[in-house]
Amino acid sequence: MKWLSQFARFWYDFIVGDDWTIAVAVVVIVAITDVVANAGRVAWPIVPIGVAVVLSLSVRRVLRVHQQQARELGEGGTQ
Amino acid sequence: MHSVLLVVAAFLASAVEMVEALTIVLAVGVTRGWRSAGWGVATALAALVAIAGIFGPALANLPIDVLRLVIGTILLIFGLQWLRKAILRSSGLKAQHDEDAIFRDEIKELRAAGQRGVGDWYAFTVAFKGVFLEGLEVAFIIVTFGGAQKNVGLAALGAAAALVVVCIAGAIAHAPLSRVPENTLKFGVGIMLSSFGIFWSAEGAGVSWPGADASLLGVIAFVIVVSFGLVAWLRRAVADAGLAIA
Repeated sequence: MKWLSQFARFWYDFIVGDDWTIAVAVVVIVAITDVVANAGRVAWPIVPIGVAVVLSLSVRRVLRVHQQQARELGEGGTQ
Repeated sequence: MHSVLLVVAAFLASAVEMVEALTIVLAVGVTRGWRSAGWGVATALAALVAIAGIFGPALANLPIDVLRLVIGTILLIFGLQWLRKAILRSSGLKAQHDEDAIFRDEIKELRAAGQRGVGDWYAFTVAFKGVFLEGLEVAFIIVTFGGAQKNVGLAALGAAAALVVVCIAGAIAHAPLSRVPENTLKFGVGIMLSSFGIFWSAEGAGVSWPGADASLLGVIAFVIVVSFGLVAWLRRAVADAGLAIA
């Protein structure tokens, strides 16, 4: 059982990694693309643009965390 | 064109994983002897061949659109994870991957694990785990790339070429391949994986790309522009706030 959970953990870390929101967003983007394409509309820009937005938001979150930590350290140092 | 890009992407992605496996095997071999390390490597390779033999043929029976939708989506999630890490590393928000430091840490751990015997199970297990886990990642790359293109052989060719190059380089250097620009390689691999993921997932969802297969080049160019744009923006923000980690 422990081996199985370790194996599942390995694949989760390998494919999904640090930011699970990317995985969820990609599934949603591809699902929307599927609906739009099957309705006979132009759908090819959805995935590239969606991916660019998702990636930008993900790295911006990391930047914000670092900025927040730096601010807290700065405030701690001045007390 | 598509086939060449497929082989190049499989080669680069596999080479990165193999460099990581080589670092572990070298650390085990140098500190605890090559016999048990060799058995660990051989057993891991046999297990990987068995797994590929079981799951490989199953893929051939699935319809191409389903394969592209599922594999393209997984590849896109996986590729974005690589690309995100590479962007954070390039902008100084994440420490660079350092094979020399990993090698030193492995050696320290292996020496601390006690005396070696004739049948060194510790060396066997560490070598087996290193090769098996990194090998599973290579197998995943071959299956996804090859499966979505219905040409597993072509992706396997790229991975096999990477194995030969990394083994020769390892045998000559007899040290971790720290001169390989691994962080740059990972950036390139992230771009390739994400681009193929975008192309195949959209195609599997029923999209007709303008210019058909040639649009893959446009997708790659778009991903490069977005990635370097994000790196430039993050570097400026990091410099402004004095945040650099590495």
